[in-house]
Amino acid sequence: MREKERVQGFIAARVAKELKDGDVVNLGIGLPTLVPQFLPENVHVTLHAENGIIGAGPLTDKNRDPIHVVDAGGKPAAATIEGCFIDSATSFSLVRGGHVDATILGGLEVDEEGSLANWIIPGKKMPGMGGAMDLLVGAKQVIVAMEHTAKGNPKILKKCRLPYTAVHCVTKIITEMCVIECTPEGLVLTEYNPEYTVEQIQAATEANLKVSPALKTMYRI
Amino acid sequence: MPKLISIEEVVALIPNGASVMVSGFMGCGSPHRIIDALAKSQVRDLTLLCNDAGMPGGPLGEDFYGVAKLIHNHQVKTLIATHVGLNPEVATQSMQEKTLEVILLPQGSFAEMIRAHGAGLGGVLTPTGVGTIIEESPYCLGKQTIQNRDYLLMAPLKADFALIAGSKIDKAGNIWYQGTTVNFNIVMATAADVVLAEAEQFVDVGAIPPEDVRTSGVFVDYVVEGGRY
Repeated sequence: MREKERVQGFIAARVAKELKDGDVVNLGIGLPTLVPQFLPENVHVTLHAENGIIGAGPLTDKNRDPIHVVDAGGKPAAATIEGCFIDSATSFSLVRGGHVDATILGGLEVDEEGSLANWIIPGKKMPGMGGAMDLLVGAKQVIVAMEHTAKGNPKILKKCRLPYTAVHCVTKIITEMCVIECTPEGLVLTEYNPEYTVEQIQAATEANLKVSPALKTMYRI
Repeated sequence: MPKLISIEEVVALIPNGASVMVSGFMGCGSPHRIIDALAKSQVRDLTLLCNDAGMPGGPLGEDFYGVAKLIHNHQVKTLIATHVGLNPEVATQSMQEKTLEVILLPQGSFAEMIRAHGAGLGGVLTPTGVGTIIEESPYCLGKQTIQNRDYLLMAPLKADFALIAGSKIDKAGNIWYQGTTVNFNIVMATAADVVLAEAEQFVDVGAIPPEDVRTSGVFVDYVVEGGRY
């Protein structure tokens, strides 16, 4: 478990470098929720919770009201002093209308075309897409933050085998091994974790990776 | 002016096989007392339109929260929702027992499809779902390309009844919502034949300033006093 936490922290810290001061950001459940703690002091982002918060903020004993204020996971939440509560139609106007700068979420599979699958495993699990399909289509940047493989099996594929959440939507994939940019020409490896070689990264990836001429090492904590 | 009725009268209005929209997001902003009363009633074969299936385990230690009790009691025949993963009984009833039909829609489309019916529109053109199995949904009416971008035409969504919840509702039916309880209440209040609103606090007219009214009383048919949750 310790190792998993270390890996997730490493990924989240690298994702944090993608965010700019003033960005409106939607975080998926799990790993993405770790990202804000790694933001530098001079970077302030506005967190959007698709159930109806723009400017989600720290929960304290004083503002805690789980009957009236929750986040998109149904957990107790709060708004910052600059924040506001909105209804669902407005919330998704924000999403589809291009007013969300970045969405950060996990994936079951991502492919060479920048398509993502993360909402259903037919016959086994069908949790539903919630707001993910809208977020993937509407957010300006779509960052998939996930462990590079699942039990050793590649998750970055030539083509997704599970039903898509959205197609041609992912802008960047960040894992414990590397950073990959999704481009019209395919997946480009731009940064690598020096604990691994480029060959090891390609071996853990079914999709073909083009190595950027400007390849550099990933941020290290 | 909406009519103030008792919770028992609400239950009596809803027949077997009715389609019912229920507001709320994982139970937050749901009409809890109305749901409790429906769960105690014999009403069955409901088509339920709700963001989710609620969840077992509420914030105050409830065994079931939101619409979860209605699922648990097998009172729902068809569930139209966006996310059901927090209520494991949905998977059991839909995939193993095959007693529950589940239709999943993207959350933004779900909100806008309800809004469309309430606003008198024939559908919603949204880029959400393009290239996915949503294109095969019975609620997807086709695909169009507008200014070089693909869109799905999604059908409007309506129901026989909308069960909504307000933090304060005045005697004219005007509603103010606290925090994130607002979620689907605003659109659902516009999109059903009969709208029933549960008040946490039932107040005199004037107690909610006009600029704080989020749902006008003209949308509301019946008000029920639920009490502070």
